Amino acid sequence: MPTSTPRDYVISARNLTKHYGDFAAVDDISFDVPAGESFGLLGPNGAGKSTTMRMIGGVSQRTSGSLTIMGLDPEQHGPQVRAHLGVVPQQDNLDEELRVRDNLLVYGRYFGLPMSYLKPKADELLEFAQLTDKAKSKVDSLSGGMKRRLTIARSLINEPKILLLDEPTTGLDPQARHVLWDRLFRLKESGVTLILTTHYMDEAEQLCDRLVVVDKGKIMAEGSPARLIREHSTREVLELRFGSERNTTVAAELQGIGDRLEPLPDRVLIYTHDGEAALEQVTSRGLHPITSLVRRSSLEDVFLRLTGRSLVD
Amino acid sequence: MTENLLQPSGRSAARQLTNEDYRIEVQTRRFTALYSRNARAVISRGLRATKSSNWLIMVSGFFEPVLYLISMGVGLGALVGTVVGPGGEAISYAAYIAPALLAVSAMNGAVYDSTWNVFFKMNFAKLYQGMLYTSLGPLDVAIGEIFLALLRGAMYATGFTAVMGLMGLITTPWALLMIPASVLIAFGFASFGMAITSYMKTFQQMDWINFVMLPMFLFSATFYPLSVYPQGIQWFIQTLPLWHGVELLRQISVGTFTAATSIHILYYLVMILTGMVLTTSRLRKLFLK
Repeated sequence: MPTSTPRDYVISARNLTKHYGDFAAVDDISFDVPAGESFGLLGPNGAGKSTTMRMIGGVSQRTSGSLTIMGLDPEQHGPQVRAHLGVVPQQDNLDEELRVRDNLLVYGRYFGLPMSYLKPKADELLEFAQLTDKAKSKVDSLSGGMKRRLTIARSLINEPKILLLDEPTTGLDPQARHVLWDRLFRLKESGVTLILTTHYMDEAEQLCDRLVVVDKGKIMAEGSPARLIREHSTREVLELRFGSERNTTVAAELQGIGDRLEPLPDRVLIYTHDGEAALEQVTSRGLHPITSLVRRSSLEDVFLRLTGRSLVD
Repeated sequence: MTENLLQPSGRSAARQLTNEDYRIEVQTRRFTALYSRNARAVISRGLRATKSSNWLIMVSGFFEPVLYLISMGVGLGALVGTVVGPGGEAISYAAYIAPALLAVSAMNGAVYDSTWNVFFKMNFAKLYQGMLYTSLGPLDVAIGEIFLALLRGAMYATGFTAVMGLMGLITTPWALLMIPASVLIAFGFASFGMAITSYMKTFQQMDWINFVMLPMFLFSATFYPLSVYPQGIQWFIQTLPLWHGVELLRQISVGTFTAATSIHILYYLVMILTGMVLTTSRLRKLFLK
């Protein structure tokens, strides 16, 4: 934790809690985000990430705890706070009754921005989203990926200082994801604060300076991706597949290899600092997996370690 | 402002966001949490959307009272003949029910726009979800939607009044006042409708609204005078908003004004005020969950 006063944080959450009836969607979480940081909330569906995002935007009321965005409480100063936010919700909520370019113009009007600013800005953002030739199309004629890009373009219409991205690349093909990551990286370079939820660990590793791992509304761990991996996992992982029937039974015979053993229904994971050496030990015990793979530890492993469950189920 | 935010070359080192950029002035106006004085953005969005897609729905709303007027006023009216109007004069049955149908149409349009329409845009089209992630507050959205509903109501009322004129049912220039009076009626219902929607969770609950509206339409002295009821029922009908709307428009249509006219208008002014206060107090429940 850097030792700075709370004033330097653009987002500050203390004991933030949100209940829906008896269910605690967000359960007593605290975190701070300094200006210009790229901060991630990593966790499975239903972990409370989207609810947290909605509270940051001031469109969901917290049950208890405190929350300030750029020093203001979003519940008390919603419109003022949101003037500086860009929001990409998990599900596209484009205006289906308007055409593509009009979606950008009308959305900009919601911020009270003048048309003289919005018209060139809309064209620039269409270019960015590679939708220039679709400017006059109806929204429902766009593909899923195009809609996503338009939603992201729309979130930038007010040149936000804080960009909230809820699962931004879900449903995008790999190429489109990399384009988007590149754009987000440039925004970050220009000093925009990014708040990102994702259940893709590669996305979190690529984009986040720091992240919290959330599960069932609670923060399980916090740190940079590299630090989390260092603290909660080993350097390498050996993945072995023995066929779905045998994985669990073989696990018993693998005891003692590596630092830790994680039998899963479809594979067995061995956590170790040296994957190749571990694989040699396995074969020397007369065990011959159908496939074997040595890889670097990822946030997926961190999550598995912390919760006992996989991130994507 | 127009510089390119997205290309690294477009943003010089001087345009890097600094701590200054992350500072915002605290505003202390009333309703800052709910209102950004930008309802016109919601209105212009509504007009743009209507222009591109909603024409058919718009037109159907105009025809409904006209069809009633033709079938009941002209068709049924042939059997009924003339009846006694608000000023004691004899008028055709069509002229008798036409202002009542206009009041019903103002009520239906306003209630539809402030309940089903809002419920759908909130829960299914997710339109408000997008709006509320901008500088707009729920009060901007509510005012914008109510204004749009009233604008539509004014257009229908104008069209219907024109049809009455073409059918020879208008005998005095006072009848033109039916148009603003319809807007007043619509405002009364719309301001309440949105507050009621804030209590609704499912489509089944939304159906209760129709369950209240239909009997009100049929029994609010729409098709026959209040005097057919026994005294107790008369009193009950007189507490209902639609009866006041029907009577108000019926009086205006023939240019007969009495003390009751001001009571009808007052009823609606109180209804609008109460409805707006209630709606405003329910905005968080309606829009911010």
